[in-house]
Amino acid sequence: MTTFGWPEALFLLRAAGWTLLLTAIAFLIGSLIGGVFAIMRLSRIKLLRRIAATYILVIQSIPVLMVLFMSYYGLSLFGVELPPFLAASASLAIYVSAYLAEIWRGSIESVPFQQWEASASLAHSPAQTYRYVILPQAIRISLPPTVGFLVQLVKNTSIVSVVGFVELARAGQLVNNATFDSFRVFGLVALIYFAICFPLSRLSRHLEKVMNASRPH
Amino acid sequence: MPIQFQFEPIFAESDRIIDGVLLTLGLSFGAIVLGLVLAVLLVAAKSLLGRWVGLLVDAYVELMRNTPFLVQLFMLFFGLPLIGIRLPGTEAALLAMTLNLGAYATEIIRAGVDSIHRSQLEAGLSLAMTKRQVFQHVVLMPALARVWPALSSQFVLMLLASSICSFIAVPELSGTAAIIEQNTFRSFETYIVVTIIYLALALTLKVALNWLGRAVFPRVSSVDRLDARAEAA
Repeated sequence: MTTFGWPEALFLLRAAGWTLLLTAIAFLIGSLIGGVFAIMRLSRIKLLRRIAATYILVIQSIPVLMVLFMSYYGLSLFGVELPPFLAASASLAIYVSAYLAEIWRGSIESVPFQQWEASASLAHSPAQTYRYVILPQAIRISLPPTVGFLVQLVKNTSIVSVVGFVELARAGQLVNNATFDSFRVFGLVALIYFAICFPLSRLSRHLEKVMNASRPH
Repeated sequence: MPIQFQFEPIFAESDRIIDGVLLTLGLSFGAIVLGLVLAVLLVAAKSLLGRWVGLLVDAYVELMRNTPFLVQLFMLFFGLPLIGIRLPGTEAALLAMTLNLGAYATEIIRAGVDSIHRSQLEAGLSLAMTKRQVFQHVVLMPALARVWPALSSQFVLMLLASSICSFIAVPELSGTAAIIEQNTFRSFETYIVVTIIYLALALTLKVALNWLGRAVFPRVSSVDRLDARAEAA
């Protein structure tokens, strides 16, 4: 039995790097898919709206753990043997896309509709309207909830340990199995997560004030 | 080679699945009720007791909101036995869910309480209501009514997060899925079935909470509901 010391603590810190990388990749891919679904959700074509709404509703109504299992076993069914890191990123990206699509839809919708009319009266195409009029305003509105959601994402990366990928939570389990020093091990793991998430939470709250996006009471 | 789905072995284990669903529902309802009580107590403590109590409540809320549920669960399940408190998996899961949901609910209800205007308190006091009556009838219930949509989505998120309890071998729905998977070797079919059940549970809970909100807080206008929803988003 080993005791909990510096090597173990450094092992946890290195694993935290994987957590951050996983977060970044899932966020990047997820925001691309999410952006597409947000715009589909607001499309003039009913079928596209329906598809996007169903996708968002379904993904938001099942546990992330199930998204993970489904993509892991679903793909291996087709003979694609994904390494754990890819399976984890892919399923987290799906999870991210549904929530970001909903956040961004709300942000786009909260741009006053007169802005759409003004842009149309300037003979902008729909793409130009989005690019020059709507998105610059929508992005401001969407920043605080997007950063807030990032906190949820960082925390939810912890469950990918189930497919064998060693990120922070999994590293904590491994060290715990070797040292049985659960309080200190998981205490440090919690502390590292807190050190990542708390600044993000504060940033989200700060942005809310700066962007003046929150409703005045 | 074409893929062949075999659902019969999964359905042969339907008794197990039903037990899993019942445990998932039991844990979720337990956590919702206990978490709500905890949150109301914490909000009351924060607004009625001194500044130090408020800071303690804040620290608790921030700590829970900024660490993963999985780590909180591990802390309780593996950590508590070291100080002599040995909790079985299911009890540890219920405790972790309650503490987690309690923190989120505290934050949500506090936002509702903050939205009650001072003049309402003065009006209540001038009607010779006691401090407790003012808190209950003027502050708490209207605040709850306003934030009910945000609370509801948090409850649904907790139902979904209960799947994480399978990490400490609690035989709730996703824990059951792991057992069935081992028995049948039909991984994909197992998780398809379980995912659809989760979907049905989450959507039903959403509708039920919406209905409950309308039944318990009938006097809140639809405008107020919209406001609360916009604030929660």
